[in-house]
Amino acid sequence: MTNLPEATQKKLGLVIDLDTCVGCHACVISCKGWNTENYGAPLSDQDPYGGAGSGTFLNRVHSYEAKPKDGPAQLVHFPKSCLHCEDAPCVTVCPTGASYKRVEDGIVLVNEDACIGCGLCAWACPYGAREMDAAEGVMKKCTLCVDRIYNENLPEVDREPTCVRTCPAGARHFGDLGDPDSDVSKLVAARGGFDLMPEMGTKPVNKYLPPRPKDQMVGEIDLLAPLLKPVAEETSGFMAWLDKTLEKI
Amino acid sequence: MHPAPSVILFSTLSGLGFGLLFWLGLGLPKASGWVAFVFFVIAYLLAVGGLLASTFHLGHPERALKAFSQWRSSWLSREGLAAVAALLVMAGFGAGLVFLDENWRILGLLGAVLSIATVFTTSMIYGQLKTVPRWNMPLTPVMFVSFSLAGGALLAGQVNWALGLLILSGIVQVAYWVLGDKALAGSGTTLATATGLGDMGSLRAFEPPHTGSNYLLREFAYVVARKHAMKLRLISLVLMAGVPVALLTLPFHHWTAVVAVLSHFTGVVVSRWLFFAEAEHVVGLYYGKR
Repeated sequence: MTNLPEATQKKLGLVIDLDTCVGCHACVISCKGWNTENYGAPLSDQDPYGGAGSGTFLNRVHSYEAKPKDGPAQLVHFPKSCLHCEDAPCVTVCPTGASYKRVEDGIVLVNEDACIGCGLCAWACPYGAREMDAAEGVMKKCTLCVDRIYNENLPEVDREPTCVRTCPAGARHFGDLGDPDSDVSKLVAARGGFDLMPEMGTKPVNKYLPPRPKDQMVGEIDLLAPLLKPVAEETSGFMAWLDKTLEKI
Repeated sequence: MHPAPSVILFSTLSGLGFGLLFWLGLGLPKASGWVAFVFFVIAYLLAVGGLLASTFHLGHPERALKAFSQWRSSWLSREGLAAVAALLVMAGFGAGLVFLDENWRILGLLGAVLSIATVFTTSMIYGQLKTVPRWNMPLTPVMFVSFSLAGGALLAGQVNWALGLLILSGIVQVAYWVLGDKALAGSGTTLATATGLGDMGSLRAFEPPHTGSNYLLREFAYVVARKHAMKLRLISLVLMAGVPVALLTLPFHHWTAVVAVLSHFTGVVVSRWLFFAEAEHVVGLYYGKR
C-alpha cells in the first residue's frame, strides 16, 4: 500500500558530516559495488567504455563552492542519497504499490517486481534520490543496505550501510534517528544537524552536519617569512641591463 | 522536464477524446445511428489512442494492471480507474444511441462527469508535484480541463460553446505562463535550501558528481530550445485559440471546421511541449541548473 505508515518503530538513516567529507567518492563506488550484486536488479551502465558513459547510482557526491562576503571561498563536498523521508512523496504517488515505507524501521524501498517504470516517484522526489535503470526499466534507490544491516552472515562490524562502512574519513554515520539517545541523534543535536529543502515538507530522516567555521587568516603569516626573503632585492647584471633598456623604449 | 513525445501525445489526444465524450454524454450534439457511431469512434480513437501512447514510456507496460490498485494515494492510479470507468459507461451510452436508438440520459451524464474527471486526474498527476513549482498551481488542472472542454466542443460541433471555451482557454493559458514564470522563485527553494549551506556565503555548484550525463539530467534538467519559448508560446496561442476562433466566426463549412480542429490540435501539442520543456524540477538546483 502506498499510503505512508502513521509512524515507524525506528527511523533508521544516515548522518552526513559535511565538515569531514573529503570528496573521495569511495562511498559512491562501494555503494555501486554492493548494490549492483545484491538487492534487486543490477545497477547497469550504458556505454561504460565509450565516449558517453552513463549509469545508475544510488549515491552521488556533489561539490559546492561557498563564497563569504569577505574571506576566501570554501569547498564543500556534498554526498547525496535517499533521505528516507518520513513524509515521502515518492511513496504516495506510486500507482502500483511498488514503493513503500517500512513500518519497522522507516526504510523506503521499491518492490521491483511490481514497478512499471513510470518514473513518477523520481519526479516527486526533490532530492534526485531515485534513478530509473535504463537496462531493467525499474526504479532504483538507496535501500540503506537493508541486505547488510540485518545480515547475520556478515561480521557485526559490517552490518551497516556500505557507504558508512567504507568512508575513510568517518564522515558518514548510521543509526536510529527516532531514538533521542542514539549516537546519531546526539551527534545531530551537538552539531546542529539540518534537513535538506525543509520547505518541501518531506521531513527527511537523514541529517546533514554543517561545516565547522574555519580559522580566519589574520594579517600576514610571518613564522617562516624571514627565512624566505628574496636573496637579491635588486636585480643586477644582464637582467638589470634588460630592465633598464626596456624601461627606455 | 524532459518533454517525452509519448506523454505529450497522450495528454493531448486523450484530453481531446475525453472532452468530446463529455459533450456526447451531455447529448450535444443530439445524434443517433450512424452519426453517433462516427462521433463515438472518433472520441474512442482519441481517448484510447492517448492511453496507449502513455504506456510507451513505461519500463514494464506488461505490469500496467497493477496501476489500478493504489487509488487511495496515487493520482496516476485514480486516472487509470477514472479513464476505464468513463470509457465503459460511455460505451454503454453510445451503444444505446447507435444500435438501439435509446437515449439513456442518466448514463450519459454519468459518463460526461467521469470523462472530465479523467482529465482532472491527469492534470493532478502534474499539479500535485511540489518538486515542479510551475506545475504545482491550481491553474494546472484549470488549464487541462478548459483545453479539454474547448477541444471537445470544437470536435462536437458546438460552435457557441467552442467559441467561449477557446477564448477562456487562451486566457487561462496566458495566466498560466505569467504565474508559471514566477513559480520557481516563489517556491522559496534555492541552492541554499537544497544544500543547507546558505549561511556560508554565496553558493555555486563547483563540480558535478559525474562527468557524463545521467537519468536525473536527462529527465529533469531539459534546457534545449527553452530559448525559443516566447516564439513557441505565441505560435501555440494563435494555433490553439486564435485560428479556430477566427474560423468559427465565419459561416460554417466542413473544411473550415477541419482546419479549426487541426489548428487547435497542433496548438495544444505545442502548449503541452512547452508545459514539459519549460517546467523546472528543483533537483536541477543541485546541478547548478535552473
